[in-house]
Amino acid sequence: MKESLKSRFQDLLVLLNRGRTPYFASIGLIILGFALVYLSPRSIPGFLVFGFAASSIYWLKMNRAVQLGLAVFLAVVLVPILGARNVFYLEVIFQIAVFSALALGLNIVVGFSGLLNFGYMAFYAVGAYLWAFFGSQQPYLLHSTVTTKALNTPFFLAPDYFYLFIFLGVIVAAILGLILGLPVLRVRGDYLAVITLAFGEIVRQLANNLDKPLNFTNGPQGITPIQRPTMPEGVLKLFNQVIQPVVGHRVTDNQAYNILFYLIALLVVVAVIVITYRLDDSKVGRAWTAIREDELSAGAMGINANKLKLGAFAVGASFAGAMGVLFAASRTFVSPETFTFLQSVGVLTMVILGGIGSITGVVVGATVVTLLNIQVLQSFSLYLSQLRQSDAVLLGFHWKNLSNQLDPTKYQRLIFGIVLVIMMIYRPAGLLPAARRKRELGGAPEGNDLDEKGV
Amino acid sequence: MRHFMGSVNLRQILMPIGQMAIFVTGAGLLCSAVMLVLALLFRGSGADQVLQATQGVGILTYTLNSLPQVLIDGVTIGFVYAAIALGYTMVYGVLQFINFAHSEIFAIGAFCGVESLIALNGLGVLAKASAMGSFLYLGLALVIGMAASGGMAVLVERVAYRPLRSSPTLIALISAIGVSFALQDIIRLVESMTSGQFYRVIPTFGNFDERITLFRIGSKIIDIQVKSVVVILAAVVMLVALNYLVGSTKVGKAIRAVSQDKNTAALMGINVNAMISLTFLVGGSLGGAAGVLYALKFTRIDPFVGFMPGIKAFAAAVLGGIGNLTGALLGGMVLGMIESFAGAYLGTYTMGSFGAEYKDMVAFLILILVIVFRPNGLLGEQVSQKA
Repeated sequence: MKESLKSRFQDLLVLLNRGRTPYFASIGLIILGFALVYLSPRSIPGFLVFGFAASSIYWLKMNRAVQLGLAVFLAVVLVPILGARNVFYLEVIFQIAVFSALALGLNIVVGFSGLLNFGYMAFYAVGAYLWAFFGSQQPYLLHSTVTTKALNTPFFLAPDYFYLFIFLGVIVAAILGLILGLPVLRVRGDYLAVITLAFGEIVRQLANNLDKPLNFTNGPQGITPIQRPTMPEGVLKLFNQVIQPVVGHRVTDNQAYNILFYLIALLVVVAVIVITYRLDDSKVGRAWTAIREDELSAGAMGINANKLKLGAFAVGASFAGAMGVLFAASRTFVSPETFTFLQSVGVLTMVILGGIGSITGVVVGATVVTLLNIQVLQSFSLYLSQLRQSDAVLLGFHWKNLSNQLDPTKYQRLIFGIVLVIMMIYRPAGLLPAARRKRELGGAPEGNDLDEKGV
Repeated sequence: MRHFMGSVNLRQILMPIGQMAIFVTGAGLLCSAVMLVLALLFRGSGADQVLQATQGVGILTYTLNSLPQVLIDGVTIGFVYAAIALGYTMVYGVLQFINFAHSEIFAIGAFCGVESLIALNGLGVLAKASAMGSFLYLGLALVIGMAASGGMAVLVERVAYRPLRSSPTLIALISAIGVSFALQDIIRLVESMTSGQFYRVIPTFGNFDERITLFRIGSKIIDIQVKSVVVILAAVVMLVALNYLVGSTKVGKAIRAVSQDKNTAALMGINVNAMISLTFLVGGSLGGAAGVLYALKFTRIDPFVGFMPGIKAFAAAVLGGIGNLTGALLGGMVLGMIESFAGAYLGTYTMGSFGAEYKDMVAFLILILVIVFRPNGLLGEQVSQKA
């Protein structure tokens, strides 16, 4: 059954990839998806079709230049238009981008070099708090307590320092990654996992408690407001003149910001993906793999394992640092709640679900988990609460009596947990296993190849 | 390879008690000595002046006055940590695997125990119970908590760990974290569906909140809560029983054999899977009992109650030398003491800059330092690290 489905799908792919068909198919799908979402901005099937159309650029065989052109057109023109009509989709895509970058960063540590890291959110937190501190009034509030905040405190830095801080976030997080990496040189395996967990918790607790003696983080309440980069007057005007007829209403300041952050996040993610691909194919990437598979032999081959492990930690951390800065600016608010162990494990779930070490897999994993979190679960919750208000009866059960505690959005842990266990037992290499692993096994993507490898 | 003990019967009962006494006094004396030296050093400092102004005592007197209470708290929480740490260390001894879900096993024990007490309270029997009766009901709650936790530990092993036994440890570790997360939400789901509440409070009954006077220094009374005594006694009994089980019974011998070499043990006719299940059962029920005791001591529990004690108990197990039963005891005691001292004095000594909220961080720091600089723990033998 499974095999026949698979072969049928492959036949379909062959058919679609013949001659000029892929171009027509892809463009047709994009037009269809765009039209659907454009006409009914709130329909989820429409959004799914649009997502499918977007992914078709990737999996249909086309001229590279055409692929690139289509992707850029889709990302820079179509998505902002749709986003202006329904900001929620921009939010979804923004989050997917953020988590993709995080998952790719973690993938370098866990997937490429095989070092388990349960404190990954710490680097994200450091990036976020970096901009949250310098991009808010906080430096002037060092001696005030959480509750006493003077009304007219000026902001510490001009808003456009934000762009500089993306790079600073990269540097600071990388340095922190090096510091956390130091114990890595001595510790291996599950002890390393525990150390990183403890490290992540320490960073979160610091964020939670550093409101005294000097008020750095404003404690559990978090820092707000945080500045966003300035939106040039002209851009908004131009955007409104050109796009307004298409969108159908005036694009407000907030929507414009949503689009701006979406574009920045996209830029960062593209940079991250390119860097990851280049690293994976480089001498460094192969050395990481060698260390992952067998550190002793790697050392015998002249690989400096210590240096490379530290490097993996620093590179992985730097992605999270950049995204942290972006996150702080886009939310204009950070608090320690965002950087819990749950979130670290959430990112790990993305990596594992998609496929440890596989770049496409990790992005797919991030997309699936994010969609699950903020769209599927939410609409399911909504559906349940509607059922609760209705008089529906199912098999003698009155939905009215359903406990209103049963809210699927609140049960992320359950879902992450079950996904992790099932993946570990049945498919430890993930949904889309890394190409290198597949190649090693002679083209068989199935099975427990992790068992023998000792990742 | 794992350090489990000899075989003489009476010795098996007396020795752990002696060890406990040594560890308690040792850790207590050491921490007190460090604290007194610190107090001497801090004379005349800002903290001292603040104390002089507000309470009219110097920092040395202040420290000496509160020392007995802090020591008692440290011992109590130390025993709770030790009981949880034993669960980690037993599983590690047998499978060389960190059972990350142990903290949730602990939470399940706490919830089942507390729920059964709440149910008894609803029936009205707790209010009427005599002093003796209230101990009996607490014992019942302990047994229920132990049964639930032990059963859950065995189930978790069967479902989530056994299929992964031949996999690298990291795969199993990720699975354990998954189980831990899923269990947290399952507890929450069940709790919120049945009681509609996020947290539960243990009902007040019996004379557990009363204080027994231990001794007097001048006009100052040093006392201890009845529930602290109960916690300590229950923990001591369980630890001795565990020591006896592992050290002096045939089953214990089989567990030790499995921990040394599974294949050879199987050749000797030992049912390896059964022994591993038994390890989880024993470790889990110890964790469950610790959960009920924890609830008794701190009264309020929520579905995430397991995380912090769990990670601290793991730190304790590593500190003592993971896989080593005596080590878990020592580690729990040392960690409990340090935490109690940090919670009591950190705020005063730093003049409120770093308060008791940093005591959790102390545990994490200890964990990191021990793993980096002495991964075999205080009592551990050379343990090869598995990648």
